[in-house]
Amino acid sequence: MTPLPLFEQTAYYKALMRKMVAAIMTVSFIPVFLVSSAIFYQFRLSYKEKIYAQFMDTVQKHSMNIDRFITSKFQEIQYLSRSIAMQDITQDISLRRQLVLMQKVYGPVLVDMGVIDDQGLQIAYAGPYALTGARYTDAGWFRKVMADASDISDVFLGLRGSPHFIVAVRNSQEGRPWTLRATIDFNAFNALVEGIRGGKTGIAFIVNRDVEFQTRPAVNIVPDKRLIQSLFQKKTLSKKPDNVHLVETVDVSGVKVIYAASFLKNGEWLLVYRQNAAEAFSKLNQMQVLSILIFILGGVGIVIMAYLISGRMVHRIAVSDHEKEILNQQVIETGRLASIGELAAGIAHEINNPVAIMVEEAGWIQDLLDEEDFRQSENLEEFRRAVAQIKTQGARCKDITHKLLSFARKTDPRQQNVQINDLVSELVALSDQRARRSMVVIHAELMENLPLLRLSVSELQQVILNLINNAIDAMERKGGELFIYTRQEERWVVIEVSDTGCGIPEDNLQRIFDPFFTTKPVGKGTGLGLAICYGIVRKMGGDIRVRSTLNVGTVFTVYLPIATPDRYEAS
Amino acid sequence: MDEFNVLFVDDEVDFLETLLKRMKKRQLNASGVNSGEAAVAYLQDHAVDIVVLDVRMPGMDGIETLKNIKKISPLTEVVMLTGHACLEIAREGMEAGAFDYLMKPINIDELLYKLQDAYQKKSIQQEKIQRLEEVMTARPSITSNTITVGSSS
Repeated sequence: MTPLPLFEQTAYYKALMRKMVAAIMTVSFIPVFLVSSAIFYQFRLSYKEKIYAQFMDTVQKHSMNIDRFITSKFQEIQYLSRSIAMQDITQDISLRRQLVLMQKVYGPVLVDMGVIDDQGLQIAYAGPYALTGARYTDAGWFRKVMADASDISDVFLGLRGSPHFIVAVRNSQEGRPWTLRATIDFNAFNALVEGIRGGKTGIAFIVNRDVEFQTRPAVNIVPDKRLIQSLFQKKTLSKKPDNVHLVETVDVSGVKVIYAASFLKNGEWLLVYRQNAAEAFSKLNQMQVLSILIFILGGVGIVIMAYLISGRMVHRIAVSDHEKEILNQQVIETGRLASIGELAAGIAHEINNPVAIMVEEAGWIQDLLDEEDFRQSENLEEFRRAVAQIKTQGARCKDITHKLLSFARKTDPRQQNVQINDLVSELVALSDQRARRSMVVIHAELMENLPLLRLSVSELQQVILNLINNAIDAMERKGGELFIYTRQEERWVVIEVSDTGCGIPEDNLQRIFDPFFTTKPVGKGTGLGLAICYGIVRKMGGDIRVRSTLNVGTVFTVYLPIATPDRYEAS
Repeated sequence: MDEFNVLFVDDEVDFLETLLKRMKKRQLNASGVNSGEAAVAYLQDHAVDIVVLDVRMPGMDGIETLKNIKKISPLTEVVMLTGHACLEIAREGMEAGAFDYLMKPINIDELLYKLQDAYQKKSIQQEKIQRLEEVMTARPSITSNTITVGSSS
C-alpha cells in the first residue's frame, strides 16, 4: 500500500494547523486563566484578611494584657500610698515589711520601694540596692510626679545600672508632699512581650515616643524610626484602645514586613508586632506556587491536546483534500481521454472511407485482371500480387481503425458485466503495434473461465492500457518482454502486468502512486497515470500493488473484487 | 446467381461507382444513389429486393432511410454498411429491421454471400405471404353471421 504523501507538510496545512492550535488554545486558556485568576485573587484577599485579623487580634490581646499589668502595678502602689501613714513607711524596716507583703501577695514583680520627700531625697528604701539617701531631684519621673501627682516612667538604667521602670505616686501629709516609688522587675515585664512570637521572624516589642526600646526584642532589629513615629501620629489609636493599626511596608533592609501596633500607657508607648510578610504569607505563597504549577501542567496538557487534535483534524482534512484532488484529476483525465476518443473516432471514420474506396478500386483492378486483355500481360502475376497486397494492407487499416473506434466509444463510467480476458486481449492487440516498434514482445496468459466483473469498461481499459504503456516505456530503449497474466485468487480477479525493463528505485517506489510524480522526461509523462489508476482501482473496491527490482523489471498487480450477488443487485 | 435487384446507397460517389461496376461485372442488377432521400424516391418507383445502405450520410441518415424503406417496401431487406463501427447504431439498425451490419472496407465475396442470404430471406418471406394470400382466397367467404351448408333450395 502506498504511504500517505508528504502533502501535509505544505505551507497551507502548516498554517491551518497553527490556526487550529491557536484557536483551541485560546478558547481553552482564556476561561481557565480568567476563572483561576478570579478564584486565586479572592482566595489571596481572604487569606490576607485572615492573616491581618490574626495580627490585630494578637496585638490587641497582648496590649490589653500589658496595659492591665502596668495599671494594676500603678493601682497597687497608689493604694499603698493612700492606705498607709507616711511615718509608717519612712522607716526602712516598715517599708521592707510592706515590700515583702506586696511581694507575697503579687509576686516578685516589685523589685524595691522607696519614699522620697518633696526635695527628691529618698528618705526610706527597701530593696536589694543600697539606695537610702539617693537623690532624685533631677530625675525626669520625679519632676513629673511633682507636677502630675503620679508617673509611670520609661525604662531606664538609673543609679543601679540595669534596665527598670518606676511607678511613683505623690501624696501629702501635713502640707508636705512625699512620693512612694516602686521599681517594676524588668525581666517580668519583658517576659510579657518577649513571649509574643510568630514563626521565626514574628516578634513584639514596646517603644516610647522617642523610638527607644522599652523591652528587649527577641531578635536584634533596627526599628524603622520613621514608620514608628508615623504610627504614633495615629491619634485614633490612643482614643480607641482596642484599635490596632496595621501597616505593610518595606523596611530599611529592603524586606517586606507587616507591622501591627497598639498604644500602651495612654499613648506613651507603642506595642509593635512585626513579622516578615514572606513568612506571614508563606502558606499563601506555597499555594500560589502550587497553583502556578497546576496551571502550567494544565497548560502543557492543553497544548499537547491542541496539537494532537489539530494534527488529527488537519490530517483528515488533508486526506480528504488529497482524495478530492485525485478525483478532480481523474475527471479531467477522463474528460481528456473522452475528447481524444472522440477525435480518434472521427479520424478513424474519415480514414475508413478512403481506405474502403482504395480497397474497392483494388478489387476492381483484380476483377479487370481476369479479363482476356490483361491475361496476356507478362506482369499479370506481379499486378495480382500488388493488388492483393493493397487489399491486405487495406484490411489491416480496417483492423486498426476498428479497434481504435471500439476503444474510443467505451469512455463512459457506467458499470457493466465485463469479461476481463476479452478486455485484456483487445488491449493487447491494440498495443501490439507500439510494442513491436519498441522491440517488446507481449505474452498474455489468461486463465480461462474467469468470473464476470461488474465495473466500468472504459475505466478498467484506462488502467490496463496505462500499465501496458508504462511497461513498454520502461523497455523502450533495449526492448524486452511484457507478460500479462490473469487469474483468480479467492474472491479477487488478479491482473498482473510485468516487464523486463529498467525497474524502479526503492525511493521512487514509495511515491509511485502520488499525483504528479513522474520519472519520465519533461513533456512525456504527466505523473497522473498511476495516480488515476490507483484512484480507479480503489474506487472499484480493489487494490493495486507494485514490486520492482532494478535492472530486472517491475510487476504491477491489480486486484479486482468479484461481484457478489448483493453488489450485483445494488449496482 | 439468382436474379435480384440491389440498390446501393452511399454518399461516397467514388466508392459507390466502383462497387456498382464490380457488382455489374458479377451480373448483379445493381443500382446506386448517393443519399437517403434519393433512395426513398427510387423505391417509390422501382421494385428493389435488397438495399445496401451507408449509415453516416448528410441529410437523411442511414437509420432514418431504413425506417422509410421499411414503410414503403416492408419486404425489401436492408444491409447496413458503414465505416463507423458503432454498436449502438448497429443495434438500432437491427431493431429497425436491418438484415445485417457490415463494416467498410468490405470483402466483395463476403458482401455477395450476405446479399444471397438476404435475398433468400426475402424470398422465403415473400413465399410465406403468397401462401397466406392463397389460403385466404381459397377459404369460403363469410358474408353474414350465418354459414349456409348445402343447398337451401
